[in-house]
Amino acid sequence: MTATAATDLPLWPASTLDHGPFALLDEEQRHRLAGPVTRVRLPTGAPAWLVTRHADVRQVLRHPGLSADLERPGFPLLRPLPPQSEPDRQGGFIRMDGEEHSRLRRMLTAEFMIKNVRRIEPLIQQTVDAALADLAAAGPPADLVETFALPVPSIVICHLLGVPYADHDFFQVRSRTLLDRTTSMELVRAHAQELRDYLRELVVARHHDADGDDLISRLVRDRVATGQLTVDELVGMALLLLVAGHETTANMIGLSTLLLLREPGRFAALRESPHRAAELVEELLRYLSVVRTGLPRLALVDAEIGGQVIRAGEGVIAVLSLANRDPEVFDDPEEFDPYRQAHQHLAFGFGVHQCIGQPLARAELRIALVGLADRFPTLRAAVVPQQVSTRDTSVVFGLNNLQVTW
Amino acid sequence: MSQVGVVRVAVDRGRCCGSGNCVVAAPEVFDQDDTDGLVLLRRPEPPPEAAERVRRAVEVCPAGAIRLTSTTQP
Ligand code: HEM
Ligand code: SF4
Repeated sequence: MTATAATDLPLWPASTLDHGPFALLDEEQRHRLAGPVTRVRLPTGAPAWLVTRHADVRQVLRHPGLSADLERPGFPLLRPLPPQSEPDRQGGFIRMDGEEHSRLRRMLTAEFMIKNVRRIEPLIQQTVDAALADLAAAGPPADLVETFALPVPSIVICHLLGVPYADHDFFQVRSRTLLDRTTSMELVRAHAQELRDYLRELVVARHHDADGDDLISRLVRDRVATGQLTVDELVGMALLLLVAGHETTANMIGLSTLLLLREPGRFAALRESPHRAAELVEELLRYLSVVRTGLPRLALVDAEIGGQVIRAGEGVIAVLSLANRDPEVFDDPEEFDPYRQAHQHLAFGFGVHQCIGQPLARAELRIALVGLADRFPTLRAAVVPQQVSTRDTSVVFGLNNLQVTW
Repeated sequence: MSQVGVVRVAVDRGRCCGSGNCVVAAPEVFDQDDTDGLVLLRRPEPPPEAAERVRRAVEVCPAGAIRLTSTTQP
């Protein structure tokens, strides 16, 4: 094999500017990245393997020898990250492996399982109804992202965790800087610290009064007080849930609305067949794949993926969005087909890190979209898709705003 | 796969990550434990009409925690 200088490799994440919110890559980029497993250059300058086929992405994410621990030397970071002190690493199980990961994740799985989410559906419904009333009061026209898409999942996760929603400006700004690949290391460090300090105060307050029926109170009572979990770990877990729990779903609500409004029949179908909304949500998750730039992993052992040997020490990026448009699995993958059987999509990842909040996210999306179509049957976008401002540098793709009218 | 087989299901709670995908795919066969969210097998030998859904559960299980052994009926 001839050695290729890293600078000659195509850059990943590829720029999506000017493609509009629904196209993943242009023809030329597709051509450069063609092939099941290709070598790319990351913004840090490091090379990595890009894995794009559905079967290969599943294999990567389920492989026990591929690590999610971004503190390991050689980890394929999508941007440089500040070094973390030991207490700050605690609890963030999204980047832990093996036992360390399962120990913490298992303290939460029951909380977010389908049966329990079904129990909180009335809360989601109330939250949606209140946000719809706010939207009605704000316009027409109004910004759907600001008044509806963002508040709904934020209020719900705040309620579940026991974080005061009144502080949303504080944590939304900071979550966003943590997710933005262009944020400077200093700002990432400062904002992560501020969020941790904020959550630590909440946790400490619960020590004195842990009667509450929220997740933080429950974990203080059942796990911290019993010595199974440290305060640092609980702070890290709460931080992960707070950040992961609202930005993702919010971006899905905004993008989904824009997509459905492109063809009025699709939006109307939400009203006419609300019982099919769950299927529609799966196709929205597949087609929009908001965690667009993929999930990075570091090979700890040699592994063969899609015919390519990945050596121990090399980085791999599992591109969920491209896997979700793999023609081997989805017919006409570039087409949005509301009622295709999309259940095999990988929008929530795969393997032991697969999104713990997926039942919650699904319920929020379904209730929010059906509610929107019911309350605003004449809703339309006040901008054309090519003109909406998109969040291109975020780990979670989405719209900055969406002007709508009715 | 033209013969009708009896599908036997086995789950590995050690591997399960509590995603609940199996419960969505085949609720009559899988459940999740109220205390730890991990998989519980309701019916190790699901009825033939559930076989397709059980296969789907295997496909969507992110942790590879569900195994099928199908014994072909005599
Ligand atoms: C449509 C909305 C959502 C999408 C597309 C999404 C996507 C994802 C993806 C792709 C992963 C895997 C990350 C990896 O393997 O490295 C993940 C993990 C995670 N998500 Fe979500 N998510 C969504 C909503 C939520 C919500 C509402 C919550 C709140 C409970 C949440 C909490 C988490 C947590 C805690 C993890 C880490 C799980 C682990 O490492 O074991 N997510 N999510
Ligand atoms: S699909 Fe797999 S990981 Fe998810 S709950 Fe079922 S057995 Fe566990």
